[in-house]
Amino acid sequence: MAAARLLLRSAALKASLSDVSAGVQSSTAGGSLLRLSPSCSLRLKTQKRHATHFTFYPDPVPTNYGPTTKMNLFQSITSALDNTLASDPTAVIFGEDVAFGGVFRCTVGLRDKYGKDRVFNTPLCEQGIVGFGIGVAVAGATAIAEIQFADYIFPAFDQIVNEAAKYRYRSGNHFDCGKMTIRAPWGCVGHGSLYHSQSPEAFFAHSAGLKVVVPRGPVQAKGLLLSCIADENPCIFFEPKILYRAAVEQVPTDAYHIPLSQADIVQEGSDLTMVAWGTQVHVLREVANMAQDKLGLSCEVIDLQTILPWDKETVCKSVVKTGRLLISHEAPVTGGFAAEITTAVQEECFLNLEAPITRVSNDQLLESGNDELITDVVATLVD
Amino acid sequence: MAAVRNMQRLWGIGVGAIRRNAALKTSKILQQRAFRINGAQCQQSFDSSMEKPQFPGASAEFIDHLEFIQPNVISGIPVYRVMDRRGQIINPSEDPQLSKDTVLNFYQKMTLLNAMDRILYESQRQGRISFYMTNYGEEGTHIGSAAALDSNDLVFGQYREAGVLMYRGFPLDLFMAQCYGNADDLGKGRLMPVHYGCRDLNFVTISSPLATQLPQAAGAAYAIKRENSNRVVICYFGEGAASEGDAHAGFNFSATLECPIIFFCRNNGYAISTPTHEQYRGDGIAARGPGYGMMSIRVDGNDVFAVYNATKEARRRAVAENQPFLIEAMTYRIGHHSTSDDSSAYRSVDEVNYWDKQDHPISRLRHYMTARGWWGEDEERAWRKQSRKLVLEALERAEKRLKPNPELIFTDVYNEFTPDLAKQKESMVRHLQQYKEHYPLDMYEK
Ligand SMILES: Cc1ncc(C[n+]2csc(CCOP(=O)(O)OP(=O)(O)O)c2C)c(N)n1
Ligand SMILES: [Mg+2]
Repeated sequence: MAAARLLLRSAALKASLSDVSAGVQSSTAGGSLLRLSPSCSLRLKTQKRHATHFTFYPDPVPTNYGPTTKMNLFQSITSALDNTLASDPTAVIFGEDVAFGGVFRCTVGLRDKYGKDRVFNTPLCEQGIVGFGIGVAVAGATAIAEIQFADYIFPAFDQIVNEAAKYRYRSGNHFDCGKMTIRAPWGCVGHGSLYHSQSPEAFFAHSAGLKVVVPRGPVQAKGLLLSCIADENPCIFFEPKILYRAAVEQVPTDAYHIPLSQADIVQEGSDLTMVAWGTQVHVLREVANMAQDKLGLSCEVIDLQTILPWDKETVCKSVVKTGRLLISHEAPVTGGFAAEITTAVQEECFLNLEAPITRVSNDQLLESGNDELITDVVATLVD
Repeated sequence: MAAVRNMQRLWGIGVGAIRRNAALKTSKILQQRAFRINGAQCQQSFDSSMEKPQFPGASAEFIDHLEFIQPNVISGIPVYRVMDRRGQIINPSEDPQLSKDTVLNFYQKMTLLNAMDRILYESQRQGRISFYMTNYGEEGTHIGSAAALDSNDLVFGQYREAGVLMYRGFPLDLFMAQCYGNADDLGKGRLMPVHYGCRDLNFVTISSPLATQLPQAAGAAYAIKRENSNRVVICYFGEGAASEGDAHAGFNFSATLECPIIFFCRNNGYAISTPTHEQYRGDGIAARGPGYGMMSIRVDGNDVFAVYNATKEARRRAVAENQPFLIEAMTYRIGHHSTSDDSSAYRSVDEVNYWDKQDHPISRLRHYMTARGWWGEDEERAWRKQSRKLVLEALERAEKRLKPNPELIFTDVYNEFTPDLAKQKESMVRHLQQYKEHYPLDMYEK
């Protein structure tokens, strides 16, 4: 809805849809008016609910990292972990049910290949998993901790925020846990309901000392995960679980690194900058195509990739060019990471902005799978 | 219905293999069981009293009468000691037979710690430092355990274990630097007083949030085990901190993952004002060990030799057998919790006096030394004077030292400097330049 408003408004500038946009602008309730009136919006929603609610846009086949194999996202994770265990004898992987392969199959075969002292189950206790991982890293080994679902990371909140994030700082750089990476399946999956769908990245974005990363597909996932593991700071790597099987790409089999804290411009454009991470990148690409087709708008789509510390420069450069910014995430809007981006862009690019920055996200307090959200964006755009 | 289907879809992602695996296991168990029953049947007719529970979660017997386990099934865990209150060895075979030099070193470290506590406590009262926590009454637990370890064993502490660091050779100047937060503080003035840490001495920097070090210590022990380096991790904590969820995590992880670690609980009777009987209902902390499948012992923490023996044996076995040990050292916090606390609000002077005058770890060791003619009044007087002087001189040096460069506020957040941090630093530097008359910048290093 918000996307539609912004898009329609920018479209108005191009005089392509002046009647509708005039109506929107003259009414503060224009948004809900738009949503309620056309019956096709409802129809679209019910149809979409039973289909995949977005289209996955695969990355081009990478050419600079050696031979590639077809992998889905969970296989690209396994491949990254495999490379790590092979090259770093101190590396250990642990968490709930990881020994037999993990409930999302990300560690399949690794215990048999590398031994049960390197890939092992822990008791069911998230604060223990992260605390244990910090200790492994403090002792100089590489720790890869799995939290079974991002929704269940909160028992470990203290260990992550008060301990991991601050270890290096508080010791004056005498001790650190930079060799720890926490992996967790993240985001909506369409049927995960209240507690298998959350996107808690904003909670961790408030903790300097951490790095928080979300990949959009298999190629990015492997390169970014390997960067997190190699990085000398504690990293949280959120894996969009809806993509585990749905996303398939040609992924290099060797190890390679995609730099952290660098956003990726996945589609260039000149009228509007759209920022997202994870699954939502694909939604925005679809939206960009629709905006091009229906409204004649050229959208620049940026995959932020690293939430903390984020690539302000790339986003701001783009906004200077386009004058408009839309940020979309699955997490609730209040205090979501879009709020931080909005403020930073407003500080840096105030005079370049031609419209208010818009956040498209879950407007409910809770996120119960984002089918609704996406159909809202897409449907209202269509309207 | 839809929800159920949805959950199945969610789990379907990985559940195929789980199901296959589980089915395989179940059929194996059933086969085994069938085999056993068949075997029994060959010899005699089926007898239900011969049945054994097959639940995967416990190995036990069936019983046919209703009976709850009493909570005191583990109770009155005895307190191991070597010396009585007058410093006499009770059972000669338990005497660690330490040399005179070693014992004198114990005593000097315990009393030097005591001297440092008195002076730093006073300096807080005078407003020279912001905060302090004394170790009065717990010196035996520190020195006894520290002496039983190798210097490369890794220590995770709580905050009341300064004696361990002192035993390892942390100089008075660095204790003072930390409490003053001056430019020599290894932690760059970022933590409150008593949050020491030293990489060279394998003493992990103290963290304020309680019990977080327990699961971390388990992880470190696991990594150390994989190095095959014959090292052990020791993790100190109070009986109050033992109530935290992280304590449970640390115990359970180190037991199931077979970590060479010593959990050393200082049970000093209080967590700030909360007495032990409001902290737990079972038999202290040691009673929890068996629940985790962990070797446990309770020792008299005011008997430095008992602490030494228990820690030494726990260390030997933890390394040899790769398993955790839990030591509960019974002691008493003679000082206030910290300089922010007045303990007369929740305990009697008589109670404190008893421990201070009748059952103090320092006087117990002194009795032992006096009985052997190793220490007399003259030595005591001279050492008191000397130790006080050492501390006061270090204090004076620390007080004169500048504070750390304010720009250090922004380092070590990450291993590298980020654009945001650079910007924040620039803005602070500009601010200090512009408003320098409002800041005592001459007290800080440039
Ligand atoms: C997680 C957490 N909760 C509360 C506190 C505040 N606090 C500091 S020390 C303390 C008491 C700890 O008692 P105990 O573990 O018995 O150690 P002792 O002070 O007796 O040595 C409390 C509640 C804290 N530091 N961390
Ligand atoms: Mg206590």
